[in-house]
Amino acid sequence: VSAAEIDFTAPLTASGNLRRRRVVNLLAESVATVAAVAAVAVLGIVVAGVVSRGAHAISLDFLTKDPPLFGGPGGGIAPAIVGTALIVAVATAIAMPTGVLVAIFLTEFAGPRAGRVIRLALDVLNGLPSIVIGLFVFGLLVAGRHQSGLAGSLALAIIMVPLIARASQEMLLLVPQHLREAADALGVSRWRSIVGVVLPAALGGIVTGTVLAVARAAGETAPVLVVCSIFGNQVTVDFFGKAIPNIPVSIFTLSQAADASAFTRAWGAALVLLTFILLANIGARALLARSRRRITR
Amino acid sequence: MVPGARLVVRPRPRAGRGVRRVDRVGEALLFGLCVLAALAVTAVIVDIAYQLVHGAQPAIAKYGLGFLSDSAWKPNFHIFGAAPVLYGTAVTSAMALLMATPIGIAIGLYLSMLAPRAVRGVVGPLVEMLAAIPSVILGLWGILVLAPFVRAHLEPWLHAHLGALAIFGDPQTSGSSVFTAGLILTVMVVPIIASVSRDLFLTVPQELQDGAAALGATRWEVVRGIVLPSTASGVAAAAFLGLGRALGEAIAVTQVIGAGSAVHANLFATGDTLASRIASQFQGAIGKLHIAALFYLALILLVFGVFTNLLAQWIGHRFDTRTAVAR
Repeated sequence: VSAAEIDFTAPLTASGNLRRRRVVNLLAESVATVAAVAAVAVLGIVVAGVVSRGAHAISLDFLTKDPPLFGGPGGGIAPAIVGTALIVAVATAIAMPTGVLVAIFLTEFAGPRAGRVIRLALDVLNGLPSIVIGLFVFGLLVAGRHQSGLAGSLALAIIMVPLIARASQEMLLLVPQHLREAADALGVSRWRSIVGVVLPAALGGIVTGTVLAVARAAGETAPVLVVCSIFGNQVTVDFFGKAIPNIPVSIFTLSQAADASAFTRAWGAALVLLTFILLANIGARALLARSRRRITR
Repeated sequence: MVPGARLVVRPRPRAGRGVRRVDRVGEALLFGLCVLAALAVTAVIVDIAYQLVHGAQPAIAKYGLGFLSDSAWKPNFHIFGAAPVLYGTAVTSAMALLMATPIGIAIGLYLSMLAPRAVRGVVGPLVEMLAAIPSVILGLWGILVLAPFVRAHLEPWLHAHLGALAIFGDPQTSGSSVFTAGLILTVMVVPIIASVSRDLFLTVPQELQDGAAALGATRWEVVRGIVLPSTASGVAAAAFLGLGRALGEAIAVTQVIGAGSAVHANLFATGDTLASRIASQFQGAIGKLHIAALFYLALILLVFGVFTNLLAQWIGHRFDTRTAVAR
């Protein structure tokens, strides 16, 4: 375009092309905003749905009584609450040390090649469908024997390990190098500096990762359905030989039933589980923000 | 020095033999435990593959790879084939991915480029919270709240307006359909793609974006010209992660898909996926062959899961090296 063709006296307003670009831009921005609003709205709708339907099922009896013997209304889900706590506690006792040790191996000991292999293994494990892990534990512990609480715990532990290892590893990498160097300069042996200096500095992040993993495990249904689902109305003492009642499988079973009182109990149990999981998530996030600030300052 | 005092050079206890032994033991112990834990992780993966092959052995021996194309699944007659569930898995996952990828990327863009700082701090965690809802609760909501709504409003509307397409056929069920399962999976996959792509978009160098803006590009043109091209492979990796999640989801899908065993083009009919077939039939399995067939399904699921995961890793790794070179 030569200078002679430009009308320098024309008012500075958007030409058709610029107007079109602005409209496209506005459109794109609105689509992005609407998508974000929609995601938050879906969360709100699901949580509100569970709260509004579950709230009238919740009572002291619901939280502390056994379920009704032959179906029907009334009764509570106390054994399922205790059972889930038990299964998840044992799973945590298995997964937390394993996950933290794997993380220490990755950050403190492993060479590049071993590190790559283990990190890949963790990612693969993390990406496995949970029902596959359930069938694995079935083949390992249940086939030819009985369902047991232990089998449920092991399946949940396998799901938790990569989560805890990943979170711990991230936090261990954040521990400033000069802390390690200071310990070295004082002649502290390596294992003492790891146990006494590095781990305590990363403790906040490790606990956060564990809490998030617990929240995830508490709601996992597929593996528990395969290895720990045929249970009575009581928590048995026989953790190694009998299935233990638990909340996720209870919700699943009740949701497959076709009667209104079962649905009410399912909503109540869902509310209990969702409350625990959301609170654990919020708490873990707050803790993580705090410990990150402290460690990187 | 005080007269008479004798300087005694006592041999100092050498930096403690005992202490050093403690150190040696401690060092070896910690290292040993770490290696053991790392080995356990890899051993579990290998053992998973072994257990699934072992469990599926009777079905593998009887059907071989023909299992993948057989379409009959009649436990009472000991006839098993995986074609319908493979089809159901493909349809539900494709539907979830087609809807969740654009939505997830849009949310990622909103969180990384549009949202004010305060809003970002609230909306980001809320989107991730969506991923924290257990699938069994999402499924309960799906079957009792979403499915009736879909049946009453969404399916008739789509059928009336887009009924010419075979996928939007006559609504056939009470709401438990492949379509509803796809919607639930979308809800599960969106937060994964959204949070990964947000983190990716935040890594795009600000000076590149500023440069484009200085040349007069609108925000959308910055996104289209700079942000998306430089993160494309990372976004693809995020989509694969989401696909892995959609392929393997068992519980929520079982609750809403209606456990059909036929292949329909119509999304508004019932169906079943690999994972949901296992979840719904494993407890009541009749006979060894039935269990073996379900193990076979899990083996296919394992292969898919590992494959999508490795693909995501590989693509993501390419992204890492490329941006490292660019800087």
